[in-house]
Amino acid sequence: MSNEQALNEFETTTREWVKENFPVSLAGSTMGLEGEASESKKADFEIWRQRLAEKGWGAPTWPVEYGGAGLGHPEAKIISHEMAKMGAFNPIPLMAGMGVTMVGPTILEYGTDDQKNRHLKSIASGEVRWCLGLSEPGAGSDLASLATKAVDNGDSFVVNGQKTWTSGADISQWCGALVRTDPAAKKRNGISFVLLPMAQDGVTTKPIKLISGVSPFCDTFFDDARAEKADLLGDLNKGWSVVKRLLQHERQSQTQARSPSSGSKKATLQDKAKTYAGTDATGALADADLRVRLANHLMDAEAHSLTVNRITAEAKGKVEVSAAASILKNSATKIAQTKNELTMEFMGTQGIGWEGENFAAEELENVREWLWGKAISIYGGSHEVQNNIISKNILGLPETTQQG
Amino acid sequence: MAALTEEQSMIRDQAKSWTTEKSPVDKFREMRDKEIANNYFPETWSAMVEMGWTGIIIPEQYGGSDLGFLTFGVVLEETGRQLTASPLFASALVGASAILLGGNEAQKQAILPGIVDGSKILTLALEEGPRHAPQNTALKAESNGDGFTLSGTKTFVAEGMSATTFVVAARTSGEAGDSDGISLFLVDADAKGLGRNAIKTVDSRGYANLIFEAVDVSADAMLGGVDVGLPILDAILDRARAGLSAEMLGTAAQSFDMTLEYLKTREQFGQVIGSFQALGHRAAGLFGQMELARSCSEAALQAIDDDQDVEQMTSLSKCRVGEFLFDMSNQLIQIHGGIGMTDEFDAGLYLKRARTLETAFGNRSFHRDRYATLAGF
Repeated sequence: MSNEQALNEFETTTREWVKENFPVSLAGSTMGLEGEASESKKADFEIWRQRLAEKGWGAPTWPVEYGGAGLGHPEAKIISHEMAKMGAFNPIPLMAGMGVTMVGPTILEYGTDDQKNRHLKSIASGEVRWCLGLSEPGAGSDLASLATKAVDNGDSFVVNGQKTWTSGADISQWCGALVRTDPAAKKRNGISFVLLPMAQDGVTTKPIKLISGVSPFCDTFFDDARAEKADLLGDLNKGWSVVKRLLQHERQSQTQARSPSSGSKKATLQDKAKTYAGTDATGALADADLRVRLANHLMDAEAHSLTVNRITAEAKGKVEVSAAASILKNSATKIAQTKNELTMEFMGTQGIGWEGENFAAEELENVREWLWGKAISIYGGSHEVQNNIISKNILGLPETTQQG
Repeated sequence: MAALTEEQSMIRDQAKSWTTEKSPVDKFREMRDKEIANNYFPETWSAMVEMGWTGIIIPEQYGGSDLGFLTFGVVLEETGRQLTASPLFASALVGASAILLGGNEAQKQAILPGIVDGSKILTLALEEGPRHAPQNTALKAESNGDGFTLSGTKTFVAEGMSATTFVVAARTSGEAGDSDGISLFLVDADAKGLGRNAIKTVDSRGYANLIFEAVDVSADAMLGGVDVGLPILDAILDRARAGLSAEMLGTAAQSFDMTLEYLKTREQFGQVIGSFQALGHRAAGLFGQMELARSCSEAALQAIDDDQDVEQMTSLSKCRVGEFLFDMSNQLIQIHGGIGMTDEFDAGLYLKRARTLETAFGNRSFHRDRYATLAGF
């Protein structure tokens, strides 16, 4: 059987499986980072999660022994495509927090057998949620200057310090944290990556309110928190290479620009623009200046998705995290932010509502999305940090930000 | 999409080594300085014929290899990198497309083998004013019983001085601006009443103005039907746009490579200038633009090979590659500083080529407008 035939067959069986197993009550539902969207659907969400987990489809490309399905990227793509067609979705990556997208792949690569056995299955099933303790108040783009300390205490480390922007820390059970284990070494050489449980006396979290309102972000405080030695990921003082890899996985997960026409039932961006701004006799958008910028935006979005496809095709099916992720992250960011700004603009005064009945739900949603979207060019390595990475790692230009 | 096939990779390697060895940018400079007739070296052209490049989109029964547009794009990117001047694009891509799309069997048999062996050089004679506007075709073609009589002018005709045959867009009815009433004709360069004058542009390639003073052509000189030439013309133009984008991408990519090399070698303040973040970030931005432009260019060529979404993809490509080439050609000079301004250095040749190709077959604003219209706004 040719590869193509096999994929076609896989597509058919996937479609049938989703049809049989996806609870219809959930069709079209979405989930926030906090979990199930509505109380009434909780039971169905749980059934769906269990069915996916049993199939290994929470993290389909992971090995079967660690809770995955041992599938290739083409198959994984078919699964998400077939789900989307039926209004279904995979809740596990969201329920696992940073587990499926970042922590898991890094454990697969750097973890001991013991760590893989203890941690991966509960991520792939969506039962354990992970957060990441990377940034600190004094260590943002210059992550390597972090100050959170981990001191050797026999079988464990004692961790002290503050992490910030820890998404979902208040509802996570585990945390992957970057800590300083050798204060005397050059800054990148004295860092280790540890895994620690959140439910312990030495850990407290405090949610951060953003310009867009409530957010999943927290400040996380470690006061004599414990991380077991067995949960040191990678070698002692070699945490910088672990986190570099982890951040590549993060960028990779942030390279998909939402297509402007995503959600087939929803009006396209150009249709919405025409509704608010009107058209001239030829059917063209009446605001000629807006029309030009909207055309540029749609071209950006198209060029971006063509590039994602091209890079995937050139990798011949195996989607590896690559330096190209920095380019795609920056381009995805620009597209997402421009889309929200253009939408604000053509909505005019209907685009600046905060809450209440004077505004349609979609109008209010865009306002929050617009404000929240300002984070995209900051998190996961800011736009400027991505440019540093491109200029150093792809173009081979000298490093400008490393001092010691 | 475009992970290149083994055959395409081989053709690219061949094109890369031939252009860098036999037709590097120095050769283009030499042609300019010596004012070589027709603005290309005859040996350049015969080498291209020899390598089979003139038959890439022509079916095998007419002597070609029928490898498609994506393959042609691979070659054009390399000639674009070295600014190689030849009738390859005008004749073997645009001219051949005109015959393939509009020609009947007799015309295909009569002309295509000549394009492949280089004995015929075709080119499209379309523009009549300074801005690309196919619908505004006004050159008159009046029925004269046996055939048609053509009167009017054409401008900015690529390789117009060396062409043996012109594909002429003419108006058989209606007025400039009407989409009906345009017809396409094949006109021999030595037809009675046809005059041509070379135009000197900033780029040193061969362009000509044509004057038609009652040029008689027979009825079988028509490509396609009477008055319905515009859809064929549009299809020819889209092939031209996709091909030209590939060439422009090559020109821009080479400009990027030259600039990156300079960033790594030029020292000021005791360090290479590429260590300055302002320049590193600019290079990173241009690199990102280049990756996106490449995707658009390949998608347009592929769209033609697949006959799907051709209009959207070619407008996307011409606009996006055009944008990158515009920015890149400016940065090529800016980042090189003073030396970039000298005629002795190559940057100026790239800048001049960039702006010349920007005007061809619709500039960025033409294609942005077209893209928006196609998207329904």
